[in-house]
Amino acid sequence: MVSSIRWFHRACYGIHNSFLLSSTLFSIFFLIHHVTQNGGLYKRPFNEAFEETPMLVAVLTYVGYGVLTLFGYLRDFLRHWRIEKCHHATERKEQQDFVSLYQDFENFYTRNLYMRIRDNWNRPICSVPGARVDIMERQSHDYNWSFKYTGNIIKGVINMGSYNYLGFARNTGSCQEAAAKVLEEYGVGVCSTRQEIGNLDKHEELEKLVASFLGVEAAMAYGMGFGCLILSDELNHASLVLGARLSGATIRIFKHNSEFDVEFTSEKVSVCVFFIHFASMEGSIVRLPEVIALKKKYKAYLYLDEAHSIGALGPTGRGVVDYFGLDPEDVDVMMGTFTKSFGASGGYIGGKKELIDYLRTHSHSAVYATSLSPPVVEQIVTSMKCIMGQDGTTLGKECIQQLAENTRYFRRRLKEMGFIIYGNEDSPVVPLMLYMPAKIGAFGREMLKRNIGVVVVGFPATPIIESRARFCLSAAHTKEILDTALKEIDEVGDLLQLKYSRHRLVPLLDRPFDETTYEETED
Amino acid sequence: MATAAEQWVLVEMVQALYEAPAYHLILEGILILWIIRLLFSKTYKLQERSDLTVKEKEELIEEWQPEPLVPPISKDHPALNYNVVSGPPSHNIVVNGKKCVNFASFNFLGLLDNPRVKAAALASLKKYGVGTCGPRGFYGTFDVHLDLEDRLAKFMKTEEAIIYSYGFATIASAIPAYSKRGDIVFVDRAACFAIQKGLQASRSDIKLFQHNDMADLERLLKEQEMEDQKNPRKARVTRRFIVVEGLYMNTGTICPLPELVKLKYKYKARIFLEESLSFGVLGEHGRGVTEHFGISIDDIDLISANMENSLASIGGFCCGRSFVIDHQRLSGQGYCFSASLPPLLAAAAIEALNIMEENPGIFLVLKEKCARIHKALQGISGLKVVGESLSPAFHLQLTDSTGSRDKDVKLLQEIVNHCMDRSIALTQARYLEKEEKCLPPPRRRTGESRAHDQGGGPGCAALGRVLGPGGRLPRGTRTGLWSLPCDLGEACVYLQGGHRAAWVWTAPNHEEDAGYF
Repeated sequence: MVSSIRWFHRACYGIHNSFLLSSTLFSIFFLIHHVTQNGGLYKRPFNEAFEETPMLVAVLTYVGYGVLTLFGYLRDFLRHWRIEKCHHATERKEQQDFVSLYQDFENFYTRNLYMRIRDNWNRPICSVPGARVDIMERQSHDYNWSFKYTGNIIKGVINMGSYNYLGFARNTGSCQEAAAKVLEEYGVGVCSTRQEIGNLDKHEELEKLVASFLGVEAAMAYGMGFGCLILSDELNHASLVLGARLSGATIRIFKHNSEFDVEFTSEKVSVCVFFIHFASMEGSIVRLPEVIALKKKYKAYLYLDEAHSIGALGPTGRGVVDYFGLDPEDVDVMMGTFTKSFGASGGYIGGKKELIDYLRTHSHSAVYATSLSPPVVEQIVTSMKCIMGQDGTTLGKECIQQLAENTRYFRRRLKEMGFIIYGNEDSPVVPLMLYMPAKIGAFGREMLKRNIGVVVVGFPATPIIESRARFCLSAAHTKEILDTALKEIDEVGDLLQLKYSRHRLVPLLDRPFDETTYEETED
Repeated sequence: MATAAEQWVLVEMVQALYEAPAYHLILEGILILWIIRLLFSKTYKLQERSDLTVKEKEELIEEWQPEPLVPPISKDHPALNYNVVSGPPSHNIVVNGKKCVNFASFNFLGLLDNPRVKAAALASLKKYGVGTCGPRGFYGTFDVHLDLEDRLAKFMKTEEAIIYSYGFATIASAIPAYSKRGDIVFVDRAACFAIQKGLQASRSDIKLFQHNDMADLERLLKEQEMEDQKNPRKARVTRRFIVVEGLYMNTGTICPLPELVKLKYKYKARIFLEESLSFGVLGEHGRGVTEHFGISIDDIDLISANMENSLASIGGFCCGRSFVIDHQRLSGQGYCFSASLPPLLAAAAIEALNIMEENPGIFLVLKEKCARIHKALQGISGLKVVGESLSPAFHLQLTDSTGSRDKDVKLLQEIVNHCMDRSIALTQARYLEKEEKCLPPPRRRTGESRAHDQGGGPGCAALGRVLGPGGRLPRGTRTGLWSLPCDLGEACVYLQGGHRAAWVWTAPNHEEDAGYF
C-alpha cells in the first residue's frame, strides 16, 4: 500500500523541488480528472470516467481512518507501558543514546495501519509472472510483524497484478531461447559503464531498434526504467543549463480541461516544458491531442512518460502517440520502460538526435552506471521485433489485439456489475474503488482465497479516501481466465458491498447509459 | 502581586503613549493601517499581474522563440562516440573490431564468464523467464530474491540484506531513506557520484571533510557539538551520519575505518559505508573493509554495495541490522518503485557468492596480484599510480598536468589508443565534469604542455613496457585509464582530488601474469 505510484509522483515532485528549485524550469504537471467533450482533435471516441465518491462512502471512510487512528494511539500507549508486546526491531543497546533514527510519527502509520494488512503486499512468487502464478504460502504468528513460509505453494493463482501487458513474461518461446543463447555467449554482467567499456554491440542494436519502433531519430537505453530519480533528473539538468531565469521552479498542476493561462512574457520564460506523467493508479490516458495543440501554440517542449502505455496502447503497440494516431515528431522527449510490456528491465529515452547525443555525453547512467545485462537486452530486442512483426509472425499483432479486447471486455463487465471503475475504457490498468481501509485488506485476502492475485493500494499511494484494487490485464489472459476472475470479483463485491456505482450499466448495452458519466461523440 | 504588576505595566504603556513623540505615533498609525490593508486586500493572483490583452499575449507568443531543449554537442566531444564491444566483455575483448586483452572492466574475480554462474542464470531463465513485470510489492518478489537477500546477510554476517535492481540506485536511495531535511551528513570529499546523488536527494546539511582526514572530520564533528550545545532542543532531533566509501572509486584509497568507528561513538553519528569496490575484494573472505580491519559489522549502521563488480551481475544491496534495513522496504525509493531484479541476475549473484564462499583463496591471489601490479606500475615516466596497492583499481595520473583539462584528456586518450594498438584495452575514467561537486579549480599551469609536447610517448611506452612488451601481454590483468574530473562546473557538491588518473586491476583466476612483473 505504501509502495506505489502516487509516491512515485510525490518523489518526482520531491526531486523537482530539490533539484530544481534553484533551477529555472517551468514545468507543468497534468492530472487528469474529468470527462470532457471530445473536440475535433480526436479521431476516435475518448471515454474516460471518474465517478464521484458517494458522500456516505466518503464519510464512512473517514470514520474508518479515525477509528484506526484512535486504536493506533491506544496500542502505542499500551506498547509504551509494555502492556502490549513490541514486535518491531529495536536499536542496539550501544546506540540507545544516539538521536533516534526514525521519527515516531513517521512509523505510526506503518505500525498501526499498514501492519494490519501487510500480508497483501510482497507476496513471494515462484514461477513466471504470466497469466497464472504460483505463490508461496506464508503465515504470520505475530500479527504480520514477521512471516513464516509453510513450504506449501498455492498453484495456478490467476495473476491480475503483474504488468505483463503483452504476455511476454514467459519461460518458453522465441524470446526465452534468444535470451538463453545470448546469456551463454555473453554472461549476465557487463562490469563497466556505457562510456567506458560497457557499450556492447547488443546495446547499439537495441537502441537502433527502439528508435525505429518509436519513430524517432535516436534513442538511448538505460539500465533502470524507474525513471524519475535518474532520468528526468538528467533532462531537468539539460533544461537547467538552458534554463529560463525564473526565481524558482514553477510547478503548476492543471486540472484537466482547465484553462491554460500561461503567463507568457518572453523575458520570464525561455523554456517551457510540459511534463506529462501517467497516473498508473488512475487508469487514465493523457489527452495528448490537446496537449500537442497547446504545445504548438506556446512552443513548449513536450516530455512524455510512457511507463505504462508503451506496448500496451495503440493499434501497433507504440504507446499513446500511436493510440491517438499522432506524429512522434511532435513529442520532444519520449520516455518509457522495458519492464512492463516487454517483460525485461530498464528503460529508454527517445527523441531528436541532438537530444540523444546530449544524453550520451551527459547522462549519469551512461557515465556512472553499469549497462544493461546482455540477456535482458536480447529479451527486449526479440519481444520488440515480435510486436513490430519483424519476426515474420503475426504473434505481436495478435497480442496487442487480445489485450485491447480483454481490456474492453473486463472493464465493461465490471461496470455492469456496479463497481466504480476509474479511467479510460482502453486502459489495461483497471482500478476498482474500495474506499474504506478495512476493505483493502479484506478484498486482497478474499481474492487470494479464491485463487486470484490482485494488487490493492491505499494511502499514500492514492488519495486518502480513494483506496482501490488494481487489475492489470494481459494478452496472456484467456476469456476463460477473465470469466473466472470476474465471477469471483462479483462474489467478493457482494460480500464486501463494493458495488458503489450509481450509474449501473445495463448488461451488453452498446451505448453508454448515463450521459453524465459517459459521453461519446456521435460522429 | 502578579495582577498588580500587570496593571502597572498597562498604566505604564498608556503613559508612554502620551509621552511618545508625534512622528512615532504617526509611523505606528501608518503601520497599523498597512497591516489592515494587507489583511483585507484581495489575495494575490498571478493573472491580475498581467495587464496584457489577449491580442498582446498572442503577439508575444508569436514573437517568442524557445531556446533549444539541449545545447548542441560538438562532434568531437570525447564521450560522444562510445567504444563498441562486440561479443562478451570478458577477459579477451573485441573493441571497435580490435581484439584486446581487457584491462578495463570491474570483473575483479573473473566471474563474468564463469560457467557455473552462467549455468545458474540459465536455469533461472528457463524457470522464470527474464523480467519480473512488477515492483517487489506487487508480485515482483520471487523466491530467488528472498534467497539472495538471505545469502547476502549470511555472507556479511549480519541480520538482514535488501536488494535493489540497479547498483547506482542503491546508495542513492538508501541515504535519503534515513537522512532528511535538517539532518547532518559528514561526507568524504572523494565520495563517488552515487553518494552525491543520494545526498542531494536527501536535502540534508552536507559537511565535507578532507579525503580520509580524520582530524578534519573530528574538527567538523566538534564544531557541530558546539552548535548542538547552543541549541539542545534542535540537537535532540538532528540525526548525524558519516558517509564514507570502503575503497574509494575516485582515488583507490581505503577509508580508516577503526578511527571512524571511534569517532562514531564519541560523537554519536551513524556510519554509512559504501563498499561497491571493496566488497568481494578486501578481507580474507571478501567481506570488505570491515573484515579487512577486523571491525564488527554491527558497528557500521549500514553497508551498501553493488553486485556489478566482483559479483559480475547487476543490482546492488544494503545490509545491516533489521532495525535499520527493514525501513528501506517502505522508504527506499529505488526499492519500492522500480521493477524488481530479473531473477536470472539474482541467481547469477547467488552462484557467484557460492564460488566466493567455496574458494576464499581467490581473495588472497587477487591481493598478491594487486600488490605486484602496483609495484610494477611504479616508475613509468610521465604517469604515477595513485591509491592503495590493495585496491584492484589503480589510478594512473599524469605526473605533470598540461594545465588544461581538454589537453590532458586528449593526452590520456592518446595513451589509451596507443595501448589499444598494442591490444591492451584501457579506458579513460569518465566523469560528468559539470556535475561532480566542488572540483578544485583547474591546476595552475605548471609545466604546461611539457607532457603534451612529449606526445604521451614516454608515458605510453612505459605503460606498454610494464604491461607487456609487444604482443605479449599479461593475461588476466585489467587496466583502465581514468581521468579525474577537473573543471569546476556551475553545479555544486563535493569534491575530487587529483587530476588525471588511470587504473589497473587484476583478476586472480588467470595464471600467467606473474611472469611479467
